[in-house]
Amino acid sequence: MLRLEGVSAGYGRIQVLRDVSLEVSAGSIVALLGANGAGKTTTLRVISGLIRPLSGAVYFDDRRIDRLPPEAIVRLGVAHVPEGRQVFAELTVGENLILGAYCRRDRRRIPADLERVFELFPVLRERRKQLAGTLSGGEQQMLAIGRALMARPRLLLLDEPSLGLAPMVVREIFRTIRQINADGTTVLLVEQDANLALQVAHAAYVLQTGQVVLAGPAAELRRNEAIRKSYLGY
Amino acid sequence: MTEGQLLSLAQQVVSGLSAGSIYALLALALVLIYQSTDVVNFAQGEMAMFTTFIAYTLLTWYGVPFLPAVALTLVFAFLLGYLVERVVVRPVEEAPVLSVVIVTLGLYSIFNSVAGWVWGYVPKGFPSPISGGTVWFLGLTVGLLDLWILGCGLVIMVLLHLFLRRTTLGTAMRAVAHNRTAARLVGIPVGRMLSLGWGFSAMLGAIAGMLAAPKIFLEPNMMAGVLLYAFAGAVLGGLSSPFGAIAGGLLVGVIENLLGALVATELKSGLAFFMILAMLVVRPQGLFGTVHRRKV
Repeated sequence: MLRLEGVSAGYGRIQVLRDVSLEVSAGSIVALLGANGAGKTTTLRVISGLIRPLSGAVYFDDRRIDRLPPEAIVRLGVAHVPEGRQVFAELTVGENLILGAYCRRDRRRIPADLERVFELFPVLRERRKQLAGTLSGGEQQMLAIGRALMARPRLLLLDEPSLGLAPMVVREIFRTIRQINADGTTVLLVEQDANLALQVAHAAYVLQTGQVVLAGPAAELRRNEAIRKSYLGY
Repeated sequence: MTEGQLLSLAQQVVSGLSAGSIYALLALALVLIYQSTDVVNFAQGEMAMFTTFIAYTLLTWYGVPFLPAVALTLVFAFLLGYLVERVVVRPVEEAPVLSVVIVTLGLYSIFNSVAGWVWGYVPKGFPSPISGGTVWFLGLTVGLLDLWILGCGLVIMVLLHLFLRRTTLGTAMRAVAHNRTAARLVGIPVGRMLSLGWGFSAMLGAIAGMLAAPKIFLEPNMMAGVLLYAFAGAVLGGLSSPFGAIAGGLLVGVIENLLGALVATELKSGLAFFMILAMLVVRPQGLFGTVHRRKV
């Protein structure tokens, strides 16, 4: 469904990604692991069109997307939940969700999708009229995911959904990620907590200083000695 | 204080509100642009003046009836604002603040001199559907023109509020102003929203210009003073808050008139600068603003 071929990218003169190739097959959850600064977020930013790769190509459904603007990529069916959630703090929860559907052409189906988001995250229904900035961290993460779902994505990019959240909340969010995937959305998950990520993911890639150093099915990586030592901590 | 003095004070307040609603419209235009693009548009007043001249030309040279002339002027203003953003402002988007300031100052002088070249510097009367005449209201003599200006100003502000709060397009524009990256990620075409914002701001300016022109006469420098008071209003209310811009604009109009009546007319012109300075020292975020976070 998604394929990166030899992608190099960076900011200004600083190169972050070097020759990254990876593949996400339809229906799966793929985790992107690695330490801080390994290039996980940059990879997602390349996919969603926020930055253009210096070289290499990104294919979504065999269509090349690395020269498209973000709004075109959203319309093709790729939604990105950015690091730090990035909800519109000064807009209400309801407005945030409606804007998630901004690029949709089938306006009539939006109420049903809103209903689905409220079913996944009942707390958002209660807070509908509240400003997003007044939500707790966990609720903001739910809102960010809900907003992305309003675009009806076939591929959901999640950047560190567990960041700064209490373990209880993290568990709830990961349960929902599984649910979203079971409902038919493919997920590419960036996560620092490798343990957590390998529990939900089917496959994973490990990035180190901008390069893919390891890849394979999640079960296999869980058993891998090197992964255990550097990322799982046991 | 006698009853007569009270009445004359109240009268000053009413005509202050009328002038204030013009400042408020222009302050709104400034704030809309500042919020979404971080640009202080020094040419806002000149763009307003220029579009008012377009209305004047349609009305007096071509004999277009009042309402169609206003409508055409608003369309022209929208396109002007849209194009200015797209052609002149966008290329310096990433440039240092000073470059952007110089660009808008350059626009100021371009609009000013082109207007002078085309229409000359002789002040012209500008027709208004409501002209002279007064009404009595609770013992006050209120100019009909003042009431008309105030009424139009308030109607526009309510319409703008409804647009920004109740429509998806308005909500998207607010989203762009608050968080550009997130806006791009949900698929809002940020560039187009910025152009639209400039277009709408130019329309607000055109309305301010057309409302002000019957009162202060039409000439290329007519908006210089108005812009200064609008700045004072925007800073007073907070550059980050449309509501603050309205409140600030109205307040500046009232204070200006009271100061002129009670103390000395000569002080009026220094007032705007004094208020900008005082506000920046005491409460830089303005009365209704929030602390400005730099967008990255």
